[in-house]
Order: sequence, then C-alpha cells, then structure tokens
Amino acid sequence: MKKRTGAQILLECLKREGVEVIFGYPGGAILPLLEEMSKWDFKFVLVRHEQAAVHAADGYARASGKVGVCLVTSGPGATNTVTGIATAYMDSVPVVVFTGQVPVSLIGNDAFQEADIVGITRPCTKHNYLVTDVRDLSRIVREAFYIASTGRPGPVLVDLPKNVLTAQTEFHYPERVEVRGYKPTLEGHLPQIQRAASLILKAKRPVVYAGGGVIISGASEELIRLAELLDIPVTTTLMGLGGFPGTHPLFLGMLGMHGTYQANMAVTECDVLIAVGARFDDRVTGKVEEFSPRSKKIHIDIDPTSIKKNVYVDIPIVGDCKRVLRRLLEVINSSGVNPEEYRRRLSDWHCQIEQWRKQQEAFNNNYNRQGGNRIKPQHVVQKLYELTGGEAIITTEVGQNQMWAAQYFKVNHPRTFLSSGGLGTMGYGFPAAIGAQVAFPDRLVIDIAGDGSIQMNIQELATAVQHNLPVKVAILNNGYLGMVRQWQQLFHGRIYYATRLGDWNPDFVRLAEAYGAVGLRATKPEEVEPVIREALRIPRPVLMDFWVEEEENVYPMVPAGEPLTKMILL
Amino acid sequence: MRQVLNVLVENQFGVLARIAGLFSGRGFNIKSLSVSETLDPSLSIMTIVTEGDEKILEQITKQLNKLIPVIKVIEVGGKPHVERELILVKVNAKPENRAEILRMVEIFRGKIVDVSSRTYTIEMTGDEEKIRAFLELIRPMGIKEMSRTGIVAMIRG
Repeated sequence: MKKRTGAQILLECLKREGVEVIFGYPGGAILPLLEEMSKWDFKFVLVRHEQAAVHAADGYARASGKVGVCLVTSGPGATNTVTGIATAYMDSVPVVVFTGQVPVSLIGNDAFQEADIVGITRPCTKHNYLVTDVRDLSRIVREAFYIASTGRPGPVLVDLPKNVLTAQTEFHYPERVEVRGYKPTLEGHLPQIQRAASLILKAKRPVVYAGGGVIISGASEELIRLAELLDIPVTTTLMGLGGFPGTHPLFLGMLGMHGTYQANMAVTECDVLIAVGARFDDRVTGKVEEFSPRSKKIHIDIDPTSIKKNVYVDIPIVGDCKRVLRRLLEVINSSGVNPEEYRRRLSDWHCQIEQWRKQQEAFNNNYNRQGGNRIKPQHVVQKLYELTGGEAIITTEVGQNQMWAAQYFKVNHPRTFLSSGGLGTMGYGFPAAIGAQVAFPDRLVIDIAGDGSIQMNIQELATAVQHNLPVKVAILNNGYLGMVRQWQQLFHGRIYYATRLGDWNPDFVRLAEAYGAVGLRATKPEEVEPVIREALRIPRPVLMDFWVEEEENVYPMVPAGEPLTKMILL
Repeated sequence: MRQVLNVLVENQFGVLARIAGLFSGRGFNIKSLSVSETLDPSLSIMTIVTEGDEKILEQITKQLNKLIPVIKVIEVGGKPHVERELILVKVNAKPENRAEILRMVEIFRGKIVDVSSRTYTIEMTGDEEKIRAFLELIRPMGIKEMSRTGIVAMIRG
C-alpha cells in the first residue's frame, strides 16, 4: 500500500467528512499542509485575524447546520482562536479547529511560536486532541467531527505538530467511529415523557420556553405542531429565535432581561413550564429563586448537566429535542384528549396574555412617537425587517444592537438569527455573517452592529471584498459602548467612564471605501429607508452607518439579579 | 455532604488535567484524589473524595460523565463499600517513647518500615477514621514528616 503524508491523510479525511470550505490563516507550522492543499479543491477563505476564522466557521455552521472548519498556525495563530472557540462552546456550535504545532521533538521547549493550545483550550472545547503519531491522525479527525456534530454539539480542536504533517504512513479510513466514553442519549425515557404529557394535559396556564436546542436538533416543526395542537403560547431565548416563527400568533417574543412584557409575565404566572433545549441561563431567569415560582417544570435537553443546574425541575427528560417532542406528540395524541376542549380551557389564559401583549405594544410604539430629528436605532431594525420582508440571515454583534435586533427583527426560520448568546462576544457578528454568506452565497446576510463591536473585527472587510461576499453591515452608531453606557446610566450614577467612542470613531463610510467595499450613511430618520434600499440593491459588501440617538436605551429591562416581574418598561 | 467517586477513565495523557480543570473551573472541591492503572492497561481508575450539597454532587457526577475520556462514574459513597488509605509517618523516636510507639503501631496494625537513631517511619493503612485516630495518638511524639496516598475505595460484594 502506498504511503501518504499526514497532510494528505488530513485532507482526504476532510473530503470524506464532506468539508468544502476552510476558514483560516497561514503560518510556518502549517506550511506543509498549505502546500498540499494547493493541489485540492477546497475553498480556503483567508481571513485577516484568526479569531474571525473561528467566528466565520461558527457562522457557517449555525447557518447551514454543517460542521465549520478552520485552520490556523501554531502559537499566536492558535491563541487568537480562543475567543472564537469559547463563543462556539457556549452556544453549542459544531466547529473543528485545526491548529499547527511545533514538531513533537520541540514541544515543551518554548520553541518559536509554540503554545500549549490543548492545555489552553481544554475548558472551552467539547474535546481536544494533540496528534503525536501520524498513524492516529485519521481516527482522530473522524472522532473530532463525530464529537463536534453529535449530542450537544461543540467545538473540537486538533493540534497538528509539523512533523506529523510530513510523516508518512499507510492510510486507513475508519469507516466506523466509536468513542467508548461518549454515548449521547437521544431517545427520551418513555415513562418520563408520559408523565410530562399528563402534566401538560392537566395544565390551565402552560407556556413553552424554547432555546437553541430546538434549532440545533431541527425540532421547529414538532414544536409548532405541539403549540398549535393545544394552543400553548411559546417564548424563546435569544438562541431560540427562529426556532418558532416570530410572526406566529402564539409567539410571545423573547423572554429574560430584555424580553417582552408578555413573555416574562407568562413565564412568571404559568402553571406548567415546558423548557425545550434551553438551560435556564441567568439572563433568562433573573433572580433564580423567583423564576416561574408557581409552575411545575418539564425540561427536555440532550445535555444532562443542563438539567437541575440552575433551577429545580419536576420532570427532566434527557434526549434530543426533536425525538422527544415527536414522542410527546404521539403520547398526547393517543391520550384521547379533546384538543378543542383543552383549548377552550386555556381561553382565560390567552385573555390574560393578550392584555400583557397590549401593554407591550403600547410601549413598542413609544419610540416612534418620541419624534425628534435623530434616528431611533429600533426604527433602523424595524425598517431592515420591513424592507427585507424578514427574509434575511441576521447576525448581530453584542450589546444594544443585539437586543434591538432580537426585539424588532421577527425571525421566522431556524438558522437565520446568529448571535453570540452565551459568551456575549463583541466582534462576532461580522465574521459570522461572512461565514453564513459563504454557506449561502445567494441569500441576503445582514450584520446588525454597533460602532463599538464592529471595530473588534472590522479588518474582515478585506475578507468580504476579497471573496466577493456581499454581506451588509448596519452600524447603529450611537458613539458609545451603548449597553455598558446604559448600565452606567441606570445603575452607576450616570458616570460614562471609558464608554465614549464617538469623537474617535473612524469615518465608517470612508473606511469601507478604503477597503474596497461600499459605505453609506444616514443621519436623519428620512434617510434610513433610502440607505437600506440602496444597500440591498448593491451586490457587494456594504457598510451602512446610521447615526442614531446617542442615549437610547434597550427596554424592557430586568436589572441583573432581579425577578422578571421587576421590569423597567420605559 | 461527602461523596466518594470511582471514575473509570481512558489511560491517556491529559486526562488528569481535564478532571482537575473541571473541578477548579467549576469551583468543586477535591478532598483527595488517587489514580492508578486497572487490569485493562487502556483504563485508569481514579478515586475522588469530594464535598458539596446534593445539587453540587449531582452536577459533579454529570460533569464528569460529560468528559469524553470518562467511561464511567460510580458513586461509591452511599453504597456499602470499603475505603482505604495508606500513610507513611516519620515520628521522633526518643528512647523513652519507643516502646509506646511500637505498642500503638501494633494496636493499629501498622508496620515500622524504617528505623534511624532518632526516628521511626511507620506504614499504616485504614479508612479516614482509623487514620485520624492513629495520628491523634502519635502526634504528641512529634511527627516529622507525613505522606498520604489519598483514599481508594471499592463497593462491597
């Protein structure tokens, strides 16, 4: 049998995993791999910073459901990926990161561009590997993709010493992959599902609280069927947006710190809470002791550690959301329940929710009535929603822009709202948009950004231009690190320490042009719509600079550590 | 609450770091930890003694199970089981105390494994309780040095 190099084996394995695109950045330790790669037909998206390579692979993965792949060099190339990896880890995104490493003989010697990246990323990867022998390479790559993409997905890092890339061995592809310490539970325990069904069927004020797990497991259809069968209102987390249609009459909006009034009140007052693929994060629960105090709780999640970590649940069900919901529907359907009658029983509950919803809507319109000649950031997002008909892949940065995007862009489809929910990584949105655009070259991809966040990875304008990726960036430019400023205003004596950016922001329009992209600006409310229309028309990367009201705040808001009922509406 | 966990893991480099990192990263307690090979050379067994309320102990078991190289976590505490630890203690052995030390070592079924003109080194095994009792009695003689293996445990039957 002909021997092959580690580089050839790696690329052959990637082919067999169905990899088409690799996001990355070159360097000394991976040169043998790059040389070999030049003979293959992978699309290599050269980014301008390794952090962006991981975010782009992450955006590619979230938008497409496939595994995102990146390749960087050793040392600083590897350490630059850490924020991207931690972001993917917190949001359960399947990414495989290949890092170069110094030759095995030099490991531990403080060699040039050496970093113990396996040690550094141990707590923020689902698993990681150092390949010390080329004969292990194909098995490790196979395992890496398997672990990254199954169970609760997550990033896996594979560290590749340079000599492993050049060493030769016979190539054996492991057709079967078997990791004895890793057996995710997919099917929910039937008696638990039956208990959950009978609890739901007895409920008078049920609510579904759905998280990112619904999207990851592709359970949206089942969730819609369950909600519609029994008329159960649904709220989602930030990560769950799109898992249930944003325009559906049963949709309450997002819950939590910046959730809607109706969602937070419904969760507080419900008698049965059905948590699906969510993890009772502190930004969702507020003061955890007072979260949904009178409800019995059902919790469906594939990760046993998510269950009873923050909140006691009465009926835990470990399993894949889609499979468990399917089974739950079967059990409910065969229970002899009369859905008509059940829905009638919920009518008081729906009346109550309708009242809460009206209170929220009165507030929603407030920002429009405030008038003035400054652009309201909410108005920009609202217009983006209207002018795209809601048909776009939205990515966000982190902070006020993220919350306004979540509140005002109604997300109707899974995998079309990509945001760093868990880690809250500024600089995520733009490279993630690039990744999503690579996955779907013909779809509209918009990064809703702030003037702070966009500068954390603005160098990726070069990537977008180089690879002809017509990503649109909408900067809600308020001249502040807006969310931090908002907290300073509300909780820290209105002292805007270290949060003012405006006077030193670059001219974003000229900056875009300097990169070879298109820059557009709106400074008055009536300019918002023409700018968006223009941007949507241009088949190139466009950066829109909206000069918005500087001290606009995100409401409703539940102050950190307070119960959800302590909402500041305006 | 105290818990004793037997954790069956892949015998690979880095596994101990993963487990130690899990405990430190999540603020869990390790009271003692011991690692050894098993009959199957591809596996190691760790005995971890930890402490926490019910919720934390549940999380510890779940988080350990979540680590890829962890094959199995057995909650030994709460089931009938045997615990043993081995200690080496070097004590002052003044001539007037020697007989007393020897007697205590005999009562606790220990062994003197090294003798010098001024010290005895004692080897002793037992559960936490027995070792604590022995150390209390021997302390007045003057303990010069001590080393303990940490608990190993096994379910009965």
